[in-house]
Amino acid sequence: MIHVLNPGLQTTVQDQGRIGYYEIGMPPSGAMDKYSYTIANLLVGNDENAAALEITYMGPTLEFRENTVIAVTGGEIPPKINGKPIPMWETVSVASGDQLSFDFVKQGARVYLAVAGGVDVPAIMESRSTYTLCGIGGFEGRALQQGDELRVGPVARESVRVGTRVPDALIPQFAKSHEIRVVIGLCSYRLTAESKQSFLSQEWTVTPEANRVGYRFKGERLGFVPREQPFGAGSNPSNVVDLGYPIGSIQVPDGVEPIALLNDAVTGGGYATIATVISADLNRMAQIKSNEKVRFVSVTLEEALQARSEVKDRIAHIKQAIAENGR
Amino acid sequence: MIRYEYGGDEFVFVELAEEMSLEANFRGMAITRKLRERQLPGILDICPSNASYMIRVDPDQLHPDALIAELKNLEESVSLDDFEISARLVDVPVLFEDPWTHEALMRFRERHQDPNSTDLEYAARINGFKSKGELIEAITGFPYLVSMVGFVPGLPWCYQMVPREQQIEVPKYVRPRTFTPERAFGFGGAFAVIYPVQGAGGYQLFGIAAAPIYDREQRLPDFKDAITFPKQGDIFRYRGITMDEYESIRKQVEDGTFRYLTKEITFTPDEVTENPQRFSENVLGRLYE
Repeated sequence: MIHVLNPGLQTTVQDQGRIGYYEIGMPPSGAMDKYSYTIANLLVGNDENAAALEITYMGPTLEFRENTVIAVTGGEIPPKINGKPIPMWETVSVASGDQLSFDFVKQGARVYLAVAGGVDVPAIMESRSTYTLCGIGGFEGRALQQGDELRVGPVARESVRVGTRVPDALIPQFAKSHEIRVVIGLCSYRLTAESKQSFLSQEWTVTPEANRVGYRFKGERLGFVPREQPFGAGSNPSNVVDLGYPIGSIQVPDGVEPIALLNDAVTGGGYATIATVISADLNRMAQIKSNEKVRFVSVTLEEALQARSEVKDRIAHIKQAIAENGR
Repeated sequence: MIRYEYGGDEFVFVELAEEMSLEANFRGMAITRKLRERQLPGILDICPSNASYMIRVDPDQLHPDALIAELKNLEESVSLDDFEISARLVDVPVLFEDPWTHEALMRFRERHQDPNSTDLEYAARINGFKSKGELIEAITGFPYLVSMVGFVPGLPWCYQMVPREQQIEVPKYVRPRTFTPERAFGFGGAFAVIYPVQGAGGYQLFGIAAAPIYDREQRLPDFKDAITFPKQGDIFRYRGITMDEYESIRKQVEDGTFRYLTKEITFTPDEVTENPQRFSENVLGRLYE
């Protein structure tokens, strides 16, 4: 059992996501930085889809009511047990009565706390991820609150030796300005050539509207190719006949402030989408904070797939290292 | 021209047409149904939409280019001539000009094209109707095809089955509202919708549906198999009701006894597109026979 003494800014239960229900309008939810989330689970010997806590900006204070092992990964929000710093990216043992708290965020935006056995909440539509907008999944469909009691699953799949650590080279670093790779496409034909150029050349500032639903960016206005709007689309030049939005897709309502849609976003609507963040960089998007800077870099599908396989290779490498040294 | 586009490394988006039409919608339905039957490994989601569709893949199992090649084959082989849709005809009771959506739309007047009218007055005027009543008659007089589901769980985009010149079309709000009541009945572009849950929204607000289309607890019999009610291909008839009937339906919903009036129907795209008016009349006759 884990007792929530203070919930932090927004702490939710997440796993790999609720996959296969996009068609009915159900976004996947799930951990936003899947790289960090997956490694947290590996470090405590869990299944790769075990439910963990996603912690945002300001960490919670949690009291453990049983002896167990945990791992904290992700951005740098330094964790402490009973006030003493503990390492991130490492298998750590905790005793019943220990309190886990966090310092102020140093870099990144989100950390993941995995506990051996996983957070035990009911699976809704095959997932334990929290989708707060509709109150589905996770702990009672919402972010944690003071006084909540989280149950922990009975056993981890494997036991990992305390002190097992991810090699430094595989721990991501997060700066305050970011290059995010996108594949241009979808309805990008709607943007003028100059605006396509401007989308890629300018430095965007992340607005305070940056959460699990999406990130909104401030910068120069973008323009659309003039046309008589097609039947059914609505009158704004940024409108299209309502269509599906890929996860990571970027739209620019009225040409002002692009929005990148993320894990809890709407699944479709009537704004022209112009590009999609590649899967490897969705992990990095999750670690961007308001007021930080982003440049979008255009890549080909093959480059996106290459980046994806590099992420997979890093995870495989860590799995191997844990198998060799962590048992 | 059909556009095949990558949505990053996990999505393929196919735009069948830039404008909305029953033909484009049926075509997307037919292609995505065939794709579903093939059960290709690596396909995670198949999302047919209004005049387009979208597929989510695991690119480690199925390369997006291999999927696009498959979709192009399907595009050539699919014919609407032998395509049949089996769906539900549904009576959907709506209270127009209700106090709840009225309160919401008045709160966001400064985000609207015409701050001095209500959404219904504005929509009636720009569509050439003499009164709100005439617009309501046009909305409720002919049924709608559920042409897409999404946005949030269960929201149905509904496209009225009437000839193009009879279609109602309205813009979305200048800036979206941050609040829309649960079950609000709205209109944007050429689409009628019901908002399943409270939240943001940009469609013109005309009324409120009496019964839910989303039931997380699955209390009502219509939600036994799923938390959402609308399915693409369903035919909805929006029926204007009085406050008395609204309250009586609300009570049935609270008791857990409410059921939508539905009939099964099988139809072909040709039956609809050749004479939408006649098809609509047949459908309504059948629903209330």
